[in-house]
Amino acid sequence: MSAPTQPEPVELRPAAPPSSSPLQRWLRAGLGANNLYILLVLIALMAFFSLISPNHAFFGTSNFLNIVWDSAETLLLAIGETFVIITAGIDLSVGTVLMVSGVSAAWVMAQTAGTPAQVTSGHFPHAGQAIILGIIAGLGVGLLAGAINGILITRLRLPAFIVTLGVFSVANGLGDLISSSGAAGQNAIPPVPDRFANSFGSGNLILGLPTLVFVSALAAIIAHIVLTRTIFGRRTFAVGSNLEGSRLSGVPVNMHVFLVYVLCGFMSGLAGIFDLARYQTVDIAGHSLDNLNAIAAVVIGGTSLFGGTGSIVGTVIGAFIPTVLRYGFTIQGVSSFWQDVVVGLIIIVAVFIDQVRRQRTT
Amino acid sequence: MAEVSPILEARGITRSFGRVTALRGADFAARPGEVSAIVGDNGAGKSTLIKIFSGALQPDGGTLLIDGKPTLFNSPQDARRHGIETVYQDLALASALDVSANLFLGREVRSSGLAGKLGFLNDRAMRKQAQQEMADLQIGLSSVRQPVFTLSGGQRQAIAVARATAWGKRVVIMDEPTAALGVRETQMVLRLIKRVRDAGTAVVIISHSMPEVFEVADRITILRLGRTVRQMRRDETTMTEVVAFMTGAAVEKLAEIE
Ligand SMILES: Nc1ncnc2c1ncn2[C@@H]1O[C@H](COP(=O)(O)OP(=O)(O)OP(=O)(O)O)[C@@H](O)[C@H]1O
Ligand SMILES: [Mg+2]
Repeated sequence: MSAPTQPEPVELRPAAPPSSSPLQRWLRAGLGANNLYILLVLIALMAFFSLISPNHAFFGTSNFLNIVWDSAETLLLAIGETFVIITAGIDLSVGTVLMVSGVSAAWVMAQTAGTPAQVTSGHFPHAGQAIILGIIAGLGVGLLAGAINGILITRLRLPAFIVTLGVFSVANGLGDLISSSGAAGQNAIPPVPDRFANSFGSGNLILGLPTLVFVSALAAIIAHIVLTRTIFGRRTFAVGSNLEGSRLSGVPVNMHVFLVYVLCGFMSGLAGIFDLARYQTVDIAGHSLDNLNAIAAVVIGGTSLFGGTGSIVGTVIGAFIPTVLRYGFTIQGVSSFWQDVVVGLIIIVAVFIDQVRRQRTT
Repeated sequence: MAEVSPILEARGITRSFGRVTALRGADFAARPGEVSAIVGDNGAGKSTLIKIFSGALQPDGGTLLIDGKPTLFNSPQDARRHGIETVYQDLALASALDVSANLFLGREVRSSGLAGKLGFLNDRAMRKQAQQEMADLQIGLSSVRQPVFTLSGGQRQAIAVARATAWGKRVVIMDEPTAALGVRETQMVLRLIKRVRDAGTAVVIISHSMPEVFEVADRITILRLGRTVRQMRRDETTMTEVVAFMTGAAVEKLAEIE
């Protein structure tokens, strides 16, 4: 307790634990080692699907590759989302920003790789420069979307929920518009240079894994270091824990929140580039639930929607869970739509657990 | 007896929030080595006034003087640069962060060299300094690595006071620093206030407790409905008189006599 040499110190009196039901106490005990707990759930899920799948196909190499690949894409979105949620914010726009970034990158590549006739017939005389410009465009669109989110939230003081839902819809519409005015005509994404797919997509497997996996892993390591070891990370937690208090303590809170949304937008743009490289096209309608997968990864990973606590390690483990469910269901012949149902339920359960934990800490 | 000239002085400060007028002519002065108390009923404008001193709010009118020179604070950082630190009524601590991180919030210590330029924290240095600060102020804590949400109300108050006194070299302002505290913890904060004053710092405190005000304050400023009705030395007045001015009873009596 308190040091004996100090006269009349304030006695250490930890907050009394709130009265709780046995269920809540049981949940709390399980979540003491939150990350370990989720890791066990993930391993159990994978073991379960491996055992029940025909010929243990779930654990087969190609299925495993797809799971890692999809999870790596979710992880890019979830890393940005982790920072946002730690500040007690939310970004619902990540999926459609990913999509519109991919579409923009494809469009810019088509415009700069050669004449429209060459591009439609699959010839890309200026592929090198087109790839670079396309990547810049995709990342730029992500940054821009993040900056718009950040400015509306900090300057106009609008709720993050509404702003990012609006940007979600705007990005969705723009993706449709750009794709329907592209070089390849109505409702089609122009073809992208093969070299692009070969470098960033399935054409370039290192140790059997695509570039994206290494990029995501590197991004996660950097994000973890930034969050735990730097002033930026410290202030991200502070802003989420007490926004007004942080402001009064001299933290430039508006700038900080702005930068966090810009980071999240950038990660969406990056994910859009890799999505385009993987499929060589963009599924316009296929990313409307990416935001839920990313948010699921973050909250399953133990980051609190109330702000102030969270970790990248948890997010990394959490990013696998929606994907494992989807592939598990698919192999069982269960409609993958059930994945949406289950992820929705998991988010609700994770938020409930977060609530229980919060009662303990306030 | 020659008066020490004030470090911080306010003249005719006004401030409204939309249709609510919080201050309509507040005067105040704080001198080095003295404790100046601001008293007044709920809603008298005390917190608004000290937020103007700390740069958290800007006045609509009136003058703020630092060392006799008119000064404008656009942000808490501006006030800090003049050595003015504040313990706000709601403490402004980030409860998810530990004690050391809270003491250094907004002025984190960086690592040396390239790592520091990249924004890396020197947590070891911050913890060491935090530990020293806790010892100097005789605040008993098992560890400066405890998250603030695990601390009692008194300990949180002590942390907020420690943060202000650690950085406030000239003026330390405290908004109801003992409001949520038990007897023992209140005594600890009052001792802390006296120690800071004896070190030559100007201390400004807001309190609703008359015995407390009369125990630590050298001067008392009475605010009523956003206006300063009296500035007095503690040894020239009594609790009854102060309460009468706070509630308006004394003012009405004076008006009757005139
Ligand atoms: N941010 C704000 N927006 C609107 N009105 C405000 C704001 N801050 C203060 N007020 C109003 O200004 C008046 C003075 O408030 P202030 O907090 O300064 O009083 P106080 O003397 O500190 O009271 P207490 O003793 O209850 O802390 C009150 O009527 C209050 O409602
Ligand atoms: Mg007040």
